Amino acid sequence: MYSDKVMDHFTNPRNVGELENPDGVGEVGNARCGDIMRIYLKVENDVIVDVKFKTFGCGAAIASSSMATELIKGKTIDEALLITNKAVTQALDGLPPVKLHCSVLAEEAIQKAINDYKEKQKNKVGA
Amino acid sequence: MLPYFNQDFGNPSSIHLYGRQARKAVDKARESTAKVLNAKFDEIFFTGGGTESDNWAIKGIAFANKNKGKHIITSSIEHHAVLYTCEYLEKMGFEVTYLPVDRYGMVDPQEVERAIRSDTILVSIMFANNEIGTIQPIKEIGAIAKSKDVYFHTDAVQAVGSVDIDVEDMNIDLLSLSGHKIYGPKGIGALYIRKGTKIVPLLHGGAQERNRRAGTENIPGIVGLGKAIELAHTNMEKNNKRLIGLRDRLINGIMNRIDHVLLNGHPNLRLPGNVNLSFEYIEGESLLLSLDMKGIAASSGSACTSGSLDPSHVLLAIGLSHEIAHGSLRITLGEDNTEEDVDYVLEVLPPIVQRLREMSPLFVQEKGGCQYV
Repeated sequence: MYSDKVMDHFTNPRNVGELENPDGVGEVGNARCGDIMRIYLKVENDVIVDVKFKTFGCGAAIASSSMATELIKGKTIDEALLITNKAVTQALDGLPPVKLHCSVLAEEAIQKAINDYKEKQKNKVGA
Repeated sequence: MLPYFNQDFGNPSSIHLYGRQARKAVDKARESTAKVLNAKFDEIFFTGGGTESDNWAIKGIAFANKNKGKHIITSSIEHHAVLYTCEYLEKMGFEVTYLPVDRYGMVDPQEVERAIRSDTILVSIMFANNEIGTIQPIKEIGAIAKSKDVYFHTDAVQAVGSVDIDVEDMNIDLLSLSGHKIYGPKGIGALYIRKGTKIVPLLHGGAQERNRRAGTENIPGIVGLGKAIELAHTNMEKNNKRLIGLRDRLINGIMNRIDHVLLNGHPNLRLPGNVNLSFEYIEGESLLLSLDMKGIAASSGSACTSGSLDPSHVLLAIGLSHEIAHGSLRITLGEDNTEEDVDYVLEVLPPIVQRLREMSPLFVQEKGGCQYV
């Protein structure tokens, strides 16, 4: 049911963990639905220099988180904002139709983490 | 069973030798099935499986008795073959009461009694639950249904071959069973219908199954079911003893090795081979995938394994929160499983759970413990 890529990212997920003093954090989903994704960003000069994730969810959710973090690592925040769920799905060689929402969660988690980073920047400038 | 695919291919409705041989084989299977249930030979009707038996029993009783009343009682943890049939009947103007269960998944016979109204025509309560293995007080419920003159159906798909069944002693009017749950073939089942029960035929178009289920019989399937039920019954006591030993070794072994695990279902009144546990902080499908990679085939009540948004209706009915239900794991032990198999699961499961928990944002390891954040 899953592609080899999905199984690879599920078995050996990249960038699992947390970051100390992250510049941005984004959490989406809820335990009720069986999916929670949290992404941590380290940003320097608007470039995502490090990213980690923690996910409670199915194989597709874990693989989508792992792939999403790989896709945005080293990108500028503007480039990262352009990453869609489609890009995550394609990079995983596809997801079963009932699992597409996992890739949507990954896209939303990235956006939320970047928005959090932007908010924090604004506050810094204001202070 | 195999010769009935290509050598003994007669149609039991024919009067020639081949037909008579097929008839004999069907009769033998019917006899074996009746004997195991303490039913009569002509009270056994072969069907296309457990789902068909459940559909027939409930719709058949409802349509044949609608002049008497339109109320049906069932439980909230039934198989979907029962629940969805009841929902269909609700659309057709019937009223259905879905009884709650306690935290072990047990139906209270007194609640059955309280729910019976003057227009109640059927009580349908499963013998044993397919997910959590809980065995219901069927004899008590049967006695209540009889005293109130209401038909009593039980879905015994999971119970046959694992639990002693006596339709007379337990006052069961209709009972569904399936071939492939007792190591028989798929696509074959049976419905026991007590003599004198008012029920509409399932299929029209022939005299097969005493005019109630028309269509040429699935002879290999019927022969396979007959043999399977005979074997299951003969070896039941021995198998149960062994399976209960393995089951409890597995349950206790997991609970001793892994923290934050809950047993779903009743500790003792459960099917001999049923293990159902919830692992906090992780989701069931990722657990299944990991186990599958180690050669262990299991299942889960997580939404992700069902293709819907909600986890198992059975786990929610016993009071689990959505997140705990998502983290459930069912392992069914069978005839071929050994103590080595159980020990293998006990060896590979803890690191899998640990790995998934370390990935989970719900899991925070503290000094020797953990908590939800």
